[in-house]
Order: sequence, then C-alpha cells, then structure tokens
Amino acid sequence: MNEVTKRYGAGPAAVDALSFTVPAGKVCVLIGPSGCGKTTALRMVNRLVEPTSGSVLLDDVDVRTRKPALLRREIGYVIQQVGLLPHLTIAANVGAVPRLLGWDRERIDARVRQLLTLVGLAPDTYGRRYPGELSGGQQQRVGLARALAGDPPLMLMDEPFSAVDPITRERLQNDFLLLHRAEPKTVLFVSHDIDEAVKMADLIAVMRDGALVQIAPPAELLANPADAFVADFVGADRALKGLALTRLEDIDLRPAPVVEVGAEREAIERRIAAGDLVPVDGALLAVDARGRPLRWVALESVGSRLDATPGRLEPVLPAVATLRDALAALFETGAGFGVVVDRFRRPIGLVGVDAIAGGLSTPAEQAAGADG
Amino acid sequence: MSIDGIRAAFNDPNLDGPGQLWTHVQLSLIALGAASVVGVAAGVVAARSRRRFAAFTVVMVSNLGRTVPTFALMALVVALTTYGRGPALWALTALGVPPVLLNTYAGVRGVDPGVVDAARGMGFTPAGVLTRVELPLSLPLIFAGIRISAVQIVATAVLAAAVGAGGLGVLILSGLANGDDDILLAGAIPTAVLAISFGAVLTIAQFILTPRGLRPRFAAHLRAPSTPSPSPTEEDPSS
Repeated sequence: MNEVTKRYGAGPAAVDALSFTVPAGKVCVLIGPSGCGKTTALRMVNRLVEPTSGSVLLDDVDVRTRKPALLRREIGYVIQQVGLLPHLTIAANVGAVPRLLGWDRERIDARVRQLLTLVGLAPDTYGRRYPGELSGGQQQRVGLARALAGDPPLMLMDEPFSAVDPITRERLQNDFLLLHRAEPKTVLFVSHDIDEAVKMADLIAVMRDGALVQIAPPAELLANPADAFVADFVGADRALKGLALTRLEDIDLRPAPVVEVGAEREAIERRIAAGDLVPVDGALLAVDARGRPLRWVALESVGSRLDATPGRLEPVLPAVATLRDALAALFETGAGFGVVVDRFRRPIGLVGVDAIAGGLSTPAEQAAGADG
Repeated sequence: MSIDGIRAAFNDPNLDGPGQLWTHVQLSLIALGAASVVGVAAGVVAARSRRRFAAFTVVMVSNLGRTVPTFALMALVVALTTYGRGPALWALTALGVPPVLLNTYAGVRGVDPGVVDAARGMGFTPAGVLTRVELPLSLPLIFAGIRISAVQIVATAVLAAAVGAGGLGVLILSGLANGDDDILLAGAIPTAVLAISFGAVLTIAQFILTPRGLRPRFAAHLRAPSTPSPSPTEEDPSS
C-alpha cells in the first residue's frame, strides 16, 4: 500500500496516507480500535472501496488498472458474516469462484472435495447440504474453503472469527494456521483482538485514526511498543501475551507414555522396565488403534489387558496452539498435563506448567524465533 | 336458482359464458404479465438505487396506489382514453404493479448484506450479483407479490365489462341489471374459481422455484448461531 488515502465527504480521512508492504506468503494483521480505518484499508485492496488518492500495488501492479470483478476472483475474501449463498449447496458455494474463473467441471469437483477435506468437513456428508444446516463454526470453515478455492495468492480476511464462540474461535484459528501451512498465501487479516493478532501474525500493523502507528513482528511489538497508544492497546499483561508467541511444537515436550488399548500388562511392564515407557505420576495414556488418545489410566488399575473403558483425557491441544492457549486449557481443566497432538490427532508429547514457564525464560530466543 | 339454471345461463349463446371466461383469462394473464415485468424491474431499480429519496417516493406512490379504489382507477383510465380492451388492460396492469413492486423492493433490500458483500468480494459482476444472488434470494417474496396481484387482477377484471372489454363481468352485470341470479352466479362462480386457481398455481410455482436451501426447514435463522464443530484434526486422510 502506497500513501493510500480515503475520504468520505469533507471530514477527516478514514484512511490517511497509509503505506506498508506485506511480504509474499506472510500473515499481516491490521489491528486497531473500531473506526480506525482497518476494514476500509482492507477493502481498498480488492476495490470494494476505491481510494481517494494513492495506490494499492499487488505484485507491483496497481489494482486500479484491473477490472474489479476479475481482480476479486484472484483474491480470497473472508468476512465476519461469512456470507455463504444460502440458496446454493456447500459444494456449489466452494466452487463458485472456480466457476467464475471458467474451470471445467471435473477440476471444480476435485478442488471442492480437496478443500472441504482440508477444512475438516467430509465432502460426501456436507457437500450436498445447505448453509442453513450448518453451525456458525462450520459455516466459517466453508467460508475459508470458498476463499481458497480459486487458489488466490492473496487472502483478505475481515474479522473472520469474531462472530463465533471462544472455543470455536480457537479451533478455527488453529485450523487456519494449519491451512496456511498446507497452502501458504499472503494474508491481510483485520482484527480487533490483540491476542488473535499475536497468535496469527507474522506482522502486526497497529492503526489509529486512519494512520499506521506501528508495524512490527508480534514479538517486537510486545517488547517495544512505539508509543503509549500501542503500549496501551497491547495491554498491561504483555508478559502473559508473550506466551502466545511460542507454539507447543516449538518447545521440548515431555514424551507421552502411549499404550495402545488391548496391550497386555506383562508387555507394558516389560517396556517400563526397559525404560522405553515412562509413566507420568503412575499413569499411562491409552490410545486407540489409529494412535488417537482415549484416556489416562492408572498403571495399577490395568488388568491383564488395557481395556477401552472411557475416562478423563482433557486437555488435548493441537501442536499449533500457543503456550498461552495451553496454559489457559490447563487452568480451565485443572489438569497437570495436556496432551499435545499432531494434525492427525496423534500424541506427540505432553505439556505441563513447568514446560510453559520454561518457554517464558528465554525471551531473547523468542524474539529471534519470531523474526525468522 | 339452480345448478342447471346457472349452467344454462353460462352456456347461453347470447351471454357466451365460455367466450367471456376465455376473455377474462386473457385479460388477466396479459395484465399480470405486464404488471410482473414492470413491478419486478421497478422494484429492483428502487431497491438498488443510491438515491434513497427517489426510491422512497416510488415505494410511497406504490403504497398509495394500493389504496385507490379499483373502479375509480378504471373510470380514470376510461376518462383519459376511451372504452375497450386497451383501457381495461392499462387499468388492470396499474392495479397489479404495486404488490409486485413492493414485494420485490422488500425482497431485494432484505437480502443479507453480508451475502451481497461476499458475492461482490468473490468476483461476481454487478449483473451477476443481481441475477445469481439478489433475485434468487428474493424469489419467494416476489412470487408472493405476483400471487397477490393475480388474485386482485382476476377479481377486478370483472369491471372490464363495464368499460366494454368483455370478460365474466358481462354475465355479472347482466345478472345484476336483470335481477337474474342464475346469470349473476354464472359469472361470479367462474370468477371465484379462476381467482383461486391462479392463486393455487402460483403457490405451487413459488414452491418449485424457491431454491431448496431457502425452504423453511433449511432457514438459517431458525437455528442456533453456532455450535462447536469437529476439527480437521479429527479427519485422518492417511487412514
């Protein structure tokens, strides 16, 4: 964005000489109080709002030289209200942009199936349903899939996760991070939630009254706010927010004492004796045949075989969750350890409060890690 | 007064019941078609206009139009032009426009702004947004408007006989003038049946044309806004 200004009427500019650059493949979060112009700035990129002056460059091409409808087909667009077309099936919604782009039928079908699977909705179950049959969280998953459908290099996301409950929001955020790894896109993301920004962003741009106050990687923003406004916006609990800079996959996890259901007691004891299996507080983690965690089980309660009776397991945390998410989950459930799982829901380790505190102890490493 | 008497009156060659019925259907269909086209077009223009005042005026005039007594309207058209089929059609069309216009306006304005924003953001052209998003989503309301118009037009076309345009009104007026209930009913009963049939056909058409996702049991607003949904981590593509 280059010196972009938008005025409505004679009043002060909604967006005032805004300039910044987002490197390809990075997530940039625009953040600020309501009315600071962040949504207006976002909407000038796909020409839903036309700037009064200045230019928006996409790969060095001024967007105003492009036809709006054609430009928008190459830019993913996700909004808070989701805006699925209620008269079309989920599959038709996801396939809408490819259809506008003139793809052939087989290619559209294949892409729709791929994306629905990617966002966790089984294509055969959900493809033929209508938006009204889905929950808010599921609708926004479809919204994400739809925005990705035309394989756009750039995604614009306007508070996409604000309208769902906190649990669904955290899941959607984690899923988005996984999606972003599967299909890296340049993302411009508007949020009013600093925690969300710290979690999602490679770069955070703080705006006030239409102007850019500071643009920096999350670690730097938390460590060195440019002025009192940014410091205030970031909040007094900066240290706690710093926990959101590190993901569970980035720290050393304690190995999980994983035992498959059906294992014989003797075999378990042999593995423990060999040092191959280390119970945590005398407990083992039972998993099913696909390696997914089922419950904690006390070693002494195991009969001749480990059976599949239900039991306590929570919390289970995805590896992309932040230390802050993990700490919150541990306190909510009152558990000493959380089970960290990969994207196939297989345990990769355990996280306890001590490990989270360990993550805090090296801020220099965090700053270096977040910059890289 | 008897069924046979009514049947005899309807088939009386001088009154020509079947011919009048056909004329009545023709008048109604032509007026309904014209009113639907004009009403939908004007409703869309008013709903999408950025000139809020102009749109407001159109809607207000339409609302007033619904309160003008039909016979007065018919008389006005005759006064301005002449007797015959043309003036009757003008009057019936004018009568039919407001319900269609008002429902189209309400339907298009009532489309979720988030859906329109998303459609524009996805790269639908302005015409595409109208024909593939706004109109399909307004279809149930537009059809309700057309149905109201249809019933009104069929009922009012009786008055076309008074301006020399024919129709079942010929029998009704003749029956009234001669104090003959058989003739009166030979006009009134087919008129009522015709109005009910038009309404029924359009109700069925409305149901068939309403996209499946918009039919009541799928309506989003009837459901809880959000419930936790399964996470992608629960789907293991390797298995």
